[in-house]
Amino acid sequence: MSLPVFLILFLLGSFTLAFVFRATLSRALPHNQAIVARDMPLTAAFGIMVVAVYLFVAVFAPLLAPFAEREVVGAQFQPWGGAHLLGTDRLGRDMLSRLIYGARNTVGIAFATTALAFVVGAFLGIWAALRGGWLDQVLSRFVDALMAIPSLIFALLLLTIFGTSVLTLILVIAAVDATRVYRISRSVAQGIVVMDYIEAARLRGEGSWYLIRREILPNALAPLVAEFGLRFCFVFLTISSLSFLGLGIKPPMADWGSMVRDNATLITFGDITPLLPAGAIALLTVAVNFVVDWQLHRASGLKE
Amino acid sequence: MHAVLKMIAQRLALGALTLFVVSIVIFGATELLPGDLASAILGQSATPETLAALRAQLGLNDPAPVRYWAWLTGALQGDFGVSLATRRPIADMIEQRLGNTLFLALYAAALAVPLALVLGILAALWRNTIFDRVANAGALSAISFPEFFVAYILVLWLAQSGYFPSMVRISPASSLADKLYMSFLPALTLTLVVTAHMMRMTRAAIINLMASPYIEMARLKGASPLRIVLRHALPNALAPIINVIALNLAYLITGVVVVEVVFVYPGLGQLMVDSVAKRDIAVVQAIALIFASAYVLLNLTADVLSTLTNPRLMKRG
Repeated sequence: MSLPVFLILFLLGSFTLAFVFRATLSRALPHNQAIVARDMPLTAAFGIMVVAVYLFVAVFAPLLAPFAEREVVGAQFQPWGGAHLLGTDRLGRDMLSRLIYGARNTVGIAFATTALAFVVGAFLGIWAALRGGWLDQVLSRFVDALMAIPSLIFALLLLTIFGTSVLTLILVIAAVDATRVYRISRSVAQGIVVMDYIEAARLRGEGSWYLIRREILPNALAPLVAEFGLRFCFVFLTISSLSFLGLGIKPPMADWGSMVRDNATLITFGDITPLLPAGAIALLTVAVNFVVDWQLHRASGLKE
Repeated sequence: MHAVLKMIAQRLALGALTLFVVSIVIFGATELLPGDLASAILGQSATPETLAALRAQLGLNDPAPVRYWAWLTGALQGDFGVSLATRRPIADMIEQRLGNTLFLALYAAALAVPLALVLGILAALWRNTIFDRVANAGALSAISFPEFFVAYILVLWLAQSGYFPSMVRISPASSLADKLYMSFLPALTLTLVVTAHMMRMTRAAIINLMASPYIEMARLKGASPLRIVLRHALPNALAPIINVIALNLAYLITGVVVVEVVFVYPGLGQLMVDSVAKRDIAVVQAIALIFASAYVLLNLTADVLSTLTNPRLMKRG
């Protein structure tokens, strides 16, 4: 099958799936959400569907995978078909099983990293905006200095120093990305702290923690949620790239980035198996981007 | 003219300050090491004597500011010290590869910038047509794809059929035509990744301006759509476009790391990845400093250029 034919079939397939998914959603959901579901663009429906499938696969990986994650089950580089639907990898492990477990490992680690970056970055950013003064200045200038270094380069530098294990990987990427989250949450919060209701709460004698939790955070939620989606994409791509470079998630743990690297030799023989994990990464990123795009559009109230 | 020179001087001073801070961060990162550099190199089994000898050899007994100063002045004169893994001078290892990486980045930029501008202008001109939608969807997917995915698709498609080599073997002796041919696939990969962003921003910047009254005026007096975009909208959209171009060229710096590894391209990115795996902190520091400087300089250039194209920004200070 040639590339253009495959592309057209793929696009038609996802279009139909997204359409059916949207129709089912607007039937199944209670009235209020059903309207939202009915009005969303097909791209967003496609995005939500893909994210849901990934979540399902990640949660039920042990039930779905035909073989164990690290078990050598056959000869090396077996072709597709038979007991091994997608063949076997460089060491003779089942490709399909590792792809399924990869959903759990790669996406799970990326999610944990993003969450950590968000907790740290958003808290510091909002706190800096709330307190202002020297605290704000010191934190912001420090973040400016860190942001003057490209993130991948900075991550590589930190990984050299602390070594490459999954835990350091999560901490390093979270630290690098927290600077970006800090920037955006600070600027969002700066628009909120000048509001009258913050002043009123302050006069009431509420503490910083209450202000952050009950007054600022609920009002900053919409842009921060969209930023969470975008940040997740960046973190996910960075971790995959690092794993691909052999510096991220290490074998024998099944991970999409390192699976591409391990089996890359197949590509020179015209076998597309190594592209599957790479495609899995790309598909999830596209899906998340579609959903974020739709959410931003909805939040800003733009109607073209 | 005086105001322009003053602005450039200010931005240069700010850039120099940023570079200084960046160098402190890169150098200071080693101070975070649990233990110190010598114990990191020799590992747990080192005897106190060998540790002391290595510390003296690396100059670790000096206080941090003294070592920082020695490192910085050395780096400014092109002397980055010796690699911890191979004991070779880092400057020798870098020299050849820096040229190669610059060549690849410039090659990609030469392909990407005109392509992005033309596509962006056309998408803005034919807004909401099939062309616009396809270009937009394509751009959004290209942004979301990991670099190695794009790279391997190109390998499968163009190298498999024997048009272009999937591994780059270039030496200083190869001719320019040879180099261009050999490094076409890595350059094309970078181009695809970078073009998407630039195109989207160019389109957005122009569409933004199309709503202004003076465009309405031009339209009413009967100017053709192409003329409106090129003569009226483009000059005013230059500032954001220049910014986006510079930002994306800066993005090439990180993109280059992955792409060089895929195509076994003998550049700085590959050396950096190898050095991270070997935990050769001296080499990583040197390359990080080079990449970070390029990044800062590009941003600085963008800032100056976009101010020059839009004199209103000058007042901002």
